[in-house]
Amino acid sequence: MSKQIWAYIDHFKGEPLMPSWEGIGAAQMLAEKLGGEVVAVILGSGMDDAVQRAFHYGAAKVIVADDATLADYRPEPYTETLAKAAQEHNPAVILFPTTTRGRELAAMTGAALDAGVIADIIDMDVEDGKIVTTRPVYAGKLLAKAVAEGEPQIITLRVRAFAKPEPDESRSGEVISVPAALSEDAIATKVVEYATTEGGVSLTEAAIIVSGGRGVSNNPRLQPPPDITDENEIEVWRGKQGFKLIGELAETLGAAVGASRAAVDAGYIPYEHQVGQTGKVVSPDLYIACGISGAIQHQAGMRNSKIIVAINTDPEAPIFKLARYGVVGDLWEIVPALNEAFKKKLGKK
Amino acid sequence: MKIVVFVKVTPDTAATVKVDESGKVTWGDAPLVLNPWDEYAVEAALQTKEAHGGSVTVVSMGDESALEAIRRALAMGCNDAIRIEDPALAEDDSLSTAKVLAAAVNKIGDVDMVFFGRQAIDGDTGLTPPQTARLLGWPYIGLVSAFREIDPDGKKLTAERTIEEGRQVLSTQLPAVVSVAKDFGEPRYPSFMGIRKAARAKVPVWSLADLGIEAPAVKVRLPELMNPPKREVQCEFIEGDTPEEIAEKLADKILAEKVL
Repeated sequence: MSKQIWAYIDHFKGEPLMPSWEGIGAAQMLAEKLGGEVVAVILGSGMDDAVQRAFHYGAAKVIVADDATLADYRPEPYTETLAKAAQEHNPAVILFPTTTRGRELAAMTGAALDAGVIADIIDMDVEDGKIVTTRPVYAGKLLAKAVAEGEPQIITLRVRAFAKPEPDESRSGEVISVPAALSEDAIATKVVEYATTEGGVSLTEAAIIVSGGRGVSNNPRLQPPPDITDENEIEVWRGKQGFKLIGELAETLGAAVGASRAAVDAGYIPYEHQVGQTGKVVSPDLYIACGISGAIQHQAGMRNSKIIVAINTDPEAPIFKLARYGVVGDLWEIVPALNEAFKKKLGKK
Repeated sequence: MKIVVFVKVTPDTAATVKVDESGKVTWGDAPLVLNPWDEYAVEAALQTKEAHGGSVTVVSMGDESALEAIRRALAMGCNDAIRIEDPALAEDDSLSTAKVLAAAVNKIGDVDMVFFGRQAIDGDTGLTPPQTARLLGWPYIGLVSAFREIDPDGKKLTAERTIEEGRQVLSTQLPAVVSVAKDFGEPRYPSFMGIRKAARAKVPVWSLADLGIEAPAVKVRLPELMNPPKREVQCEFIEGDTPEEIAEKLADKILAEKVL
């Protein structure tokens, strides 16, 4: 029997997250080098569409547990069901996307199976039949090679670090159904509700990010409404106006909006936009930093971006050392002009 | 309520971390601090104690340098502390650490809630909190941004947590393990009295024998640490007479990179 390389498909309400397909691509690479077959693993309720898409992206088989108790991700039934399936099918490797759920489930499945877990890798290879991974540590200030003993090897893949395969709708394969491991009354955790925050493009999955720093509030010409008189409140109001400009450029480019810690701490924009060591670590194809000086903590979160563009009034700002293109200037002039230029060139109104 | 908060000591976020010629990690004379993510866990643990009574015990695994983190947590208001150190723990991974921490929770006994930060900024795995929950057989709510209800008598917990899609509200039973996200709210500064008390506090050290366990197997190893490849970029500064001219040139440069 050939080895199974599993790729766990993370989803929300039945809709797979894009990085799940990157896991199938990584599994294909391992299957070629180690020998074995790529098996997608799906837990949920009403997952027929996700199963078909896993075949399109290249899974040879799909193991699926389709049950009402698995409709929403919860640690207990997901860990129990996945661990049981792993004990039965003995995969050599289980890959997860490093999403919130993926990281958590990988950790707990590792504990359930007493297997080593390597989190958030950016690269891997096979040397003498062993998987050698590379992962950032100290928020990317260093890289570490990481290896795990025994089987299964549980590995979570940094989002966007591995290429997504091209889907082919003609592909299909064998579906293996496995039962849910826990009945509803054996599950302590219940989902009460979802409170969605503002929409927009997810930062970690974004191919383009337009980011703002403390500098976005630096526009003394901008007059606040008369009811805002406090110095601090005026600054926050200006900061928010600055992020409107950033948001407009982001919308034109189909980009996500990022921010430095300084901008978040000053109250210009919510924490979920923070890029850096104590925020999100991102690696988009294009990162446009506006009014961000580039403190080491911010660099830790974005230095792996492919092309970095910096707009800053201070020519000595450290961000220019990372940037491919730089503009020494006022973002209040450059960003709107850039937005107009892109609208024209990309044929948008 | 009996509350435990696990913390770790890490180099300050402003530290320049490098691998030296001997392959060892150095951060110059940058200070060791309480892992920044753990500050939110300590804050959440203290708020829970303040709302429901009881005590908060801060626990850290590590050599004497861990006292930096422990004393900061004590100064913020934790009641007492335990440090876990054993020569057999020289090597560790997330699962071996979780086994030690779970044993510590069992030895402390009658614990209602265990708090963690989301991850340590050195190893950056974020695996230990859910693994500790799993090993204890307790429910886990990760990345908590707010508590809606903690009912120590009814043994119930309802919390909001941050996921990719927004906020998810989960209810579960106590005892439970939680990790705390940054949007929980700003951690407090230690008071002057707190700092004095923390400096004088005696911190007992528990060995593996005290915990009644053998050294757990370590399965994940880091055979090599490397400095990341230097970003070999020369910044091309875009100039022009008007913002429009600069924007025009910059947009063309970006389009030519074919990243849009």
